[in-house]
Amino acid sequence: MASTIRVRATASGETTEVQALIQHPMDSGFVKDAKGEIIPPHFIQQLTFEYDGKPVFSADWGGGVSKDPYVKFAFKGGKKGDDLKVSWVDNKGATDTTTAKIQ
Amino acid sequence: MRLRSAIKLASTALTLAALTLTAQPAGAADTVDPVADAKAFKKFFTDKFPKVKLDDFVNGPYSMNEDMHRQWEEKEQFPPYEFSLEMGKEMFSKPFKNGKSYEDCFPNKGIGIRQNYPYFDEKEGKVITLELALNRCRETNGEPPFSYVRDEMAALTAYMAFTSRGKPFDIKIPNDPRALEAYQKGKEYFYTRRGQLNFSCATCHVQSPGERIRAEVLAPALGILNAMPIYRSEWSGMGTTSRRFTTCNSQIRGVPLTPQDDEYRNVEYYLSYVSNGLPISGPGARP
Amino acid sequence: MTSTGNGFSATRRLILQGAGAIALIGLGNLPFLASALAAANDKYPEEAFKAKSETDAIKALYGKMPEASDKVKMDAPEIAENGAVVPVSVTTTLADVTSISFLVSENPVALVASYKIPAGTVPSVANRIKMAKTSNVIVVVEAGGKLYSATKEVKVTVGGCGG
Repeated sequence: MASTIRVRATASGETTEVQALIQHPMDSGFVKDAKGEIIPPHFIQQLTFEYDGKPVFSADWGGGVSKDPYVKFAFKGGKKGDDLKVSWVDNKGATDTTTAKIQ
Repeated sequence: MRLRSAIKLASTALTLAALTLTAQPAGAADTVDPVADAKAFKKFFTDKFPKVKLDDFVNGPYSMNEDMHRQWEEKEQFPPYEFSLEMGKEMFSKPFKNGKSYEDCFPNKGIGIRQNYPYFDEKEGKVITLELALNRCRETNGEPPFSYVRDEMAALTAYMAFTSRGKPFDIKIPNDPRALEAYQKGKEYFYTRRGQLNFSCATCHVQSPGERIRAEVLAPALGILNAMPIYRSEWSGMGTTSRRFTTCNSQIRGVPLTPQDDEYRNVEYYLSYVSNGLPISGPGARP
Repeated sequence: MTSTGNGFSATRRLILQGAGAIALIGLGNLPFLASALAAANDKYPEEAFKAKSETDAIKALYGKMPEASDKVKMDAPEIAENGAVVPVSVTTTLADVTSISFLVSENPVALVASYKIPAGTVPSVANRIKMAKTSNVIVVVEAGGKLYSATKEVKVTVGGCGG
């Protein structure tokens, strides 16, 4: 199955800019469905970005992050063609990971 | 003497005849003139918003409000319709059970043609929209039709719109009285008040673009379909032109029609035609 | 061997009681232990994500309170187009930034996101958050072991939590 993670990593001079968009409902657990029942919480809790085996950015998320979450950051280093590994784990214990090439 | 009075009589008679001939009987429709309509429509909006570039009108409420424009720019960096677009691309090239695919139903394999829809089918005598054409393609090839409002239909139209991004709307009205009638009916629908709130489409989108109705900033009618289908934050998901028409009817406390009913297809025909020349920007994101 | 005196039995009783208590605590804490081990250094700040107020959340995350600083620059809209997707970003000129967090005071859970910034990563983050209603958005930056913040009120007319 295709990964839920979409990454755009671009090396520009000394820094690499990273944008990620992830397909995930990010249900907070505070919303009711049409029947009036609470939709249980279902959201990514931890997201990590690794370059050259080391974390360059990591996120601790709660249900207050928007559905299909997006994040943008930049780190010093990285060159075109290098790998960037992205992984997440959600509150149900589900995980996904992908490796993107820096453009 | 008799000649002069004869001439006088004749000329009076002629004048009377001329007046009778040119005088329109009360209640007769004005000549349907889509070209003049489109020109007047564009002029109305460009006069009302002189600072907005013509092509920018396709960005709806974002062309009307700076704060919202910035939020939209941020989202467009990695847009929320990305997943639907990908799904649409995959679906488009996947063959049906009988081996054919959507490519076989459309000119140029369905790539870069969205700006030609809707069109008037002279054989059938009705307006054909892109959504209708897609479901007909499915049914012709033994596949069940999709719901017109969301999910797969949105994904497919998102992909097709994407392949036409930047191309100007190019809606044609053939010289056929039925086509003119469909156009005119669409125009009438657009300007007719309905529902408990007694709003017409024009009440919001012609009279009050850029202003707020409760919490929402209203989009101008010019270019309003160019971004379809759209990912709306309000829906937390994608929706098609059909979805927007039906929900709009509900929002003004009217009874929504069935997606792809005659009236909806006619109003889509009218709205697309008067936006001819403006670029397709779909798929789009909206509040 | 029978106890010969009060002192002996008292001590034994104490030790036994103590051992029992430790055993009980140990058993009760097993699940916590397991998840803590699994998460290693990157433990998910469970408590911070349970806190209702931003003060409690910040205390749970950092153990101290921030001082407002104009070196923390937050970019957020005046009026969110929709509370479900509010783009908010922050950038700072402070040095040695190790953490950046986003909170929304009127959300049912104030803490929205907390980012770890390793050395070499630019102290700048953009994300999209949910806001239940008009509220202060607070960004906290941990730099050089100290805590700084910026606050901005963002108006929300359509609630972001499904309403």
